[in-house]
Order: sequence, then C-alpha cells, then structure tokens
Amino acid sequence: MPQPRSPRPRHASLLQPGPVARLLFPFAVLLTLAMGVASLFVGVSHVSPSLIWAEGGSGPATEVLFTSRLPRTLALALAGAGLALAGLVLQVLVRNRFVEPSTVGTTESASLGILLVMLLAPGLPLPARMAVAAAFGLAGTALFLLVLRAVPQRSALMVPLIGLLLSGVIGAVTTFIAYRTDMLQSLGAWSTGDFSVVLQGRYELLWIVAGLVLVTALFADQITVAGLGRDMAIGLGVNHRAIRALGLVLVALLSAAVIVTVGIVPFLGLVVPNVVSLLKGDNLRRTLPLVCLSGAALVMACDIVGRLVVRPYEMPIGLTMGIVGSAAFLWLLTRRRANVA
Amino acid sequence: MIEIDAVERRYDGVAVLSEVTLSLPKGGLTAIIGPNGAGKSTLLSVMGRLQKPDAGRVTLQGLELSRASGREVAKKLALLRQDNHTAARLTVRDLVGFGRYPHSRGNPGPEDHAQVTRALATLGLEPLADRFLDQLSGGQRQRAHIAMVLAQDTDCILLDEPLNNLDISHAVRIITLVRDAARQMGKTVVVVLHDINMAAAHCDRIVVMKGGRVLRHGTPAELMQAEFLSEVYETPITVHELAGRLVAVY
Ligand SMILES: Nc1ncnc2c1ncn2[C@@H]1O[C@H](COP(=O)(O)OP(=O)(O)O)[C@@H](O)[C@H]1O
Ligand SMILES: [Mg+2]
Repeated sequence: MPQPRSPRPRHASLLQPGPVARLLFPFAVLLTLAMGVASLFVGVSHVSPSLIWAEGGSGPATEVLFTSRLPRTLALALAGAGLALAGLVLQVLVRNRFVEPSTVGTTESASLGILLVMLLAPGLPLPARMAVAAAFGLAGTALFLLVLRAVPQRSALMVPLIGLLLSGVIGAVTTFIAYRTDMLQSLGAWSTGDFSVVLQGRYELLWIVAGLVLVTALFADQITVAGLGRDMAIGLGVNHRAIRALGLVLVALLSAAVIVTVGIVPFLGLVVPNVVSLLKGDNLRRTLPLVCLSGAALVMACDIVGRLVVRPYEMPIGLTMGIVGSAAFLWLLTRRRANVA
Repeated sequence: MIEIDAVERRYDGVAVLSEVTLSLPKGGLTAIIGPNGAGKSTLLSVMGRLQKPDAGRVTLQGLELSRASGREVAKKLALLRQDNHTAARLTVRDLVGFGRYPHSRGNPGPEDHAQVTRALATLGLEPLADRFLDQLSGGQRQRAHIAMVLAQDTDCILLDEPLNNLDISHAVRIITLVRDAARQMGKTVVVVLHDINMAAAHCDRIVVMKGGRVLRHGTPAELMQAEFLSEVYETPITVHELAGRLVAVY
C-alpha cells in the first residue's frame, strides 16, 4: 500500500525519521570501525600495517599492537558502549534527558565503594572490587530515586540538579575519607578516566559490558514500555517495578565495570543518548545499537585526539571528553528546550 | 463481564469512592458522567488496576484484578488515561505497536502488524504514522493513544475522557467507532464523558457519579431528566427532544 507522505515541519527535517535517520546505522558502523583501526595505529611508538607485515608477525611493532594497542582499543570501545548505554537506560527509566550515571550519584557512590575496598580489603580481586562498586552504585542510585520522590519536581532541570547535589555530597564523603587515610593521591589517580594504562591482562573485565549490552537488548521493549510511565506499563502487562529495578542494576554494573578498569569518563552517558534520541527517537529496540556504536566511536575519537594533540605526551580522556561533552551539552540544552522532560 | 463490588478508595483518609457497586454486562457502551471531582477517573483507574481499592474488589470475566497476572489482564483489558503526556520520542507507529505488546511480547507477527495497520487507518493516522509524538498536536496525540488502545484488541476497553482535545469531526468519529466496537464486536467499552448529549446520543448505559458515589445508572432515556441532571450539576438544565434525540440544554 502506498504510504501518503507526511507533511513535515520545515524546521525539523533532520529530526524526522527520514532518509538521514535511516543512514545513521551504517554510518555509525563505518565510523566505529574507522576509529577502531585508527586507534590501533596512532601513538608514540610506530605501528603500521606495513611494519607488522614486514616483521612477519613477531617483532616490536607486533608486540606493541597486541599487548597495548589492541587492548586499549577494545577497552575504549567497550567502555564507550557501556557508558552510553548506561546513560540511555537511566534516561529512559528516570524519564529525564539530563541524567547519566555521574549526575545521579551512581558514579560517586561506586567510587566510594572502591575507596573502601582499597582501605579495608586491598587484596580483593578485580571482579569482587567491581561487585562492591556496583552494589554501592546501586545504593547511590536508589538513594537518588528516594530523594527524587520526596522533592516536588517543578521542572525537568530539578532532577539533574538534585542528582548533582547528591553526587557532590557523596563525593565529599569520599574525599574526606581519602584525605584522612592519605589516599587522596591514589584516589585521584585511578578515578580520572585514563586509557593509557590499559594493557593486555588489565582490561578483560570490561568484556562484562558486552554481556550487559546483550541483556539490555533482550529487555529493550520492556524498558521502553517502562519508560512510558507506570500506568502505561501496567496497562501493557509489563512489571514496571521489576523492569525498573533490573534497569538500575544494569546501570550500576555497567558503570562499575568501567570505573574499576579505566576510571571515570564524564559526559558520555549524557551526550550520546541525547543526540541519538533527537535523531532517532526513544524506542530502545532501535536506538540501542546506535547508542552503543556512537559511544564507542566517540570515546575512541576523543582518545585518539588526546594522543595526537600533545605528542609525545597524552591528554587524559576526561579532559577531551569534558570539552567535547560540555560543548555538545550546551547545544542540546538549546535544542531540547521544547521537550525537556 | 466487569463486577465492581463495594469498592472504596480514600486519599489521605478522604473517601473518593464510597461503596461503588456496579455490574457491567458483556458488550455495550457505558458512559460515566458527573461533575469534576466526582471520582470518575479514580473509578476507572481502579477498574483498570492502576490503583488498588482500599476495600471491595473488581472482577473481570471472573478474574479478580488484584490477584490476576498483569500480563493476562493486559490481554483482556485496555485503558486510556485522562492525561497522556508520554514524554518519550516514539513514532506514532511505534506507540500503536506497543499496544500489541501483551500479545506479541516483543515478537510481532503478521496478526500484530495487521492490527497496528488497522488501528492507524481507523483513526486516520496513516499520514502521521512516522512522526514523533512530540511533533503532533494535542488532538493528534490523543488519537495516537486511542489507536494504541484499539490495537491492544481487548474485550474490555476503558477510556477516560477520550474526546478531550478533539474537534467535532474526530469526536463523533471516535464515539461512533467505540460504539460500533461495542455493538458489533461485543466489546465492553466504558468511557468517561463530559458531554451529556454525546453520552445520551451514543451510549447504551449511563452511570452518573457525584461525590464518590454512583447516584444512578440506566439507559439514556431513564436518566435524561431535567430535574435530576440539574441537581447533579447544580446548574439549571432542561431536556428537550430534538431530531429524535434527548438533548440537555444548559
Ligand atoms: N492523587 C490524589 N491525591 C489526593 N486526592 C486525589 C488524588 N487524585 C484524585 N484526588 C481527588 O479525588 C477526587 C476524585 O478525583 P477524580 O477521580 O480525578 O475525579 P473526576 O475524574 O471525576 O473529575 C477529587 O476530589 C480529587 O481531588
Ligand atoms: Mg477525571
């Protein structure tokens, strides 16, 4: 049956599910692959396909490729995908576009958990450390939701404001404890997102992100329905409470996995899902792959830029991401005025 | 079909529904009317299991709502709330598609697609099907939500002020549509309406509520009485016969 063309408002042509939106996915795939390849061959020590070919599979360049560049690239892609997805799930479930793990207390609480582990059980293996971080992150998010329920929300901006306030308080507690225990320096060292330390054997925990992405994909429809609100979810036979709880656990695990392996990467969970939502809407089934790919591509791009700008030194990802992220966030604020909530 | 048995609902100790007992047989269009704050929306929420009654119970086809599985009920009962401020950026087609969720559980088959296409066509939404909800007018959004409820294809449909925001043409179209669904397809449809004349002209039964109680229920002919309506709305109302219909003038 021929579909009548919809009259589209002039100002919104890009935001319509039209040809641009349809080409987004292949574009994101290509971009992610391109960034991945670039990330393998950009850096201080010279690694290039021809060099590796010349070495015949064993030599210093090959060594660098497999012990450093490849792990780093995979870590970037996994962390980027994971954080963007965490932001997406949180935004859908909280029904607010301005939240992400680091603006609702998840990240700060997870950091507090890691600090306590370092103090009380320094020998704990990485997976256990991650579990503690996730548990703290989840508790922090739950606290945020409790506070949110108690405070009347007059505007969509109240929500991230409350979250930032709460994050600030938790962060202050963490800093205080670190200060009193002489851990301030190492707290700063590991909490700042940094991929230059990623080596073979030190990032593999991040593969959990891939599993979490799959779980989220399985529940994509239910999460979208839960994002339509409690009443709508009940009407459609979706267990709103259970899905919300599951979503928050996923967010906590995703955040914790990234924090314990590479540290805190700001803004990503905010910017990527927002841009995708503007272009492609909020149906998780459709946006999830795009959000993961874009998150991966953006983190790799920022990391590559960080490697190039101050060669032979590196700019930490937190800095590049902060510049890109805050610029994008300002753009979003102007773009989102009409439909903030 | 739906049995409401001595239902009570209180907010902060204040009774919003008291001793509401109603029995709605299968098939037919029932209107709930009454002044603002009468408890109409609350009753519909309780019937649609969005709120638990503080006392009493609601059964649907013999299934007690508070005990039944949410998923099973969603196949039998669909509900449109009074205010649908869905914030999500979904396309109209996606929203209507989610109406099939209780049946498809995320794996839509040909039947599901057919229902969605039909619902979109019935509400004249084809030209808007690929628009995002936040690019629609209030009335268009309302129609999208009604299409979603229709796509759910349940025996029982509860609509809270579905004609809000709609122009006359769409209002008549939708009330006719649900009336036909009730009479021809045997669906049990309950609508909260503001317009008494709309209720009188199209519904099989009218339930009149005030102060959290059901004052009377019956056929339009039984309830379209000037004195009774004036009392309910605390406004002088006269009833006239016009073009074969009972019309309230106020
Ligand atoms: N969440 C609530 N908290 C307290 N009172 C409420 C709440 N919802 C509704 N009410 C009160 O219950 C009464 C009935 O409301 P409602 O069912 O929405 O009326 P109607 O739909 O008939 O206009 C009103 O007096 C209203 O103020
Ligand atoms: Mg109402």
